Amino acid sequence: MGRIVAGLGTSHVPAIGVAVDQGKTQEPYWKPLFDGYEPAREWLAGVGPDVVILVYNDHGTAFSLEVIPTFALGVAAEFPPADEGWGPRPVPVVKGHPALAWHLAESLILDEFDMTIVNEMAVDHGLTVPLSITCGEPAAWPFPVIPLAVNVVQYPPPTGKRCFDLGRAIRKAVDAYDDDLKVVIFGTGGLSHQLHGERAGIINQDFDRRFLRDLTRDPQRLVDLPHIEYVREAGAEGIEMVMWLIMRGALDDDVTEVYQHYHVPASNTATGLIILANQS
Amino acid sequence: MTDTSEFEDIPGTYLFNKDRCHEGYHLNMFCMSLMKPENRAAFRADEATYLDKFPLTAEQRRCVLERDWLGMIHVGGNIYYTSKLGATDGRSFQYLAGAMSCATQEEYRDMMLAGGRPIQGNRSKAEQA
Repeated sequence: MGRIVAGLGTSHVPAIGVAVDQGKTQEPYWKPLFDGYEPAREWLAGVGPDVVILVYNDHGTAFSLEVIPTFALGVAAEFPPADEGWGPRPVPVVKGHPALAWHLAESLILDEFDMTIVNEMAVDHGLTVPLSITCGEPAAWPFPVIPLAVNVVQYPPPTGKRCFDLGRAIRKAVDAYDDDLKVVIFGTGGLSHQLHGERAGIINQDFDRRFLRDLTRDPQRLVDLPHIEYVREAGAEGIEMVMWLIMRGALDDDVTEVYQHYHVPASNTATGLIILANQS
Repeated sequence: MTDTSEFEDIPGTYLFNKDRCHEGYHLNMFCMSLMKPENRAAFRADEATYLDKFPLTAEQRRCVLERDWLGMIHVGGNIYYTSKLGATDGRSFQYLAGAMSCATQEEYRDMMLAGGRPIQGNRSKAEQA
């Protein structure tokens, strides 16, 4: 059977991808952030997942306002990096895992999560920056990736509870998969940031640190957080943090925090990375 | 009816709700068109003529032509779309955020390096009044 061994939460700030692509990771502005990624890279390489389920949001790239799926699951064999207005990032094509992805789609829909199934999709910084953060600059990504895109741009995004419950259903589906696969699930986005309006630049370190802490100590508090709390306290675009709850829902009730890294700022954003391992 | 009025109490923040999606649809889809290199080239060659293809309001059109980044948000623009116009101009998210919220780029950069805009005093219009 499949096995979700751990979850990893990380920001997916586009400027982090630019820093990697332009060789700036050792510059004074970026070095403290990237130094903090090293232990996570070592941990992930040590785990060696057979597949990663990567929860992220599309930023008006593969989808636009024409069609706005709340949960979209990529079942393709590969996903090209997208041109986001300045040409595609110079990173490897993302290989998918169609067999597990289709199993997830069937299982989740029959479990009453009405997923959108995506056969062709370019993937933007929301998906490729977490891979750069956790894998560096390999010639090919070291594992196949199943993209799970969540709408957090058009109000309303899914609730924290819905995200957490979807994580639960993903866990159930992976457990029921026939082949023996080691799976890591990524939740991405955040942490506190606001990119628009006169309030752009909001950072709330206290909110972020409590969020990171309660992923292990009190996940129910996070599941119950309403949208207004994220928008008011963590900035309008900080609402992305609900996606971390899909990752958290896919793990055991009790998890071990393996690693945590928090840094301000990366461009407009407070960035976080956390690794949570199942104890079973 | 879904009530999103409590979000309107947050200062300097424009929840991208049904009303803003409706108001800004063509503005945002114009920005989306700039994802294609040939469209970026056509827009750069003659901005006004290119904009004729989209049914924008006079104010939306002015905001685009004058690169009034905050103005675009006020008339239904969404930052993930207006940033595509920014990318066409070679502008980063940080530049746009600075243009919308600070007097100068230096002021915005320094604020972020110092830990960002503080949450204290920025939670509520009612609280500020």
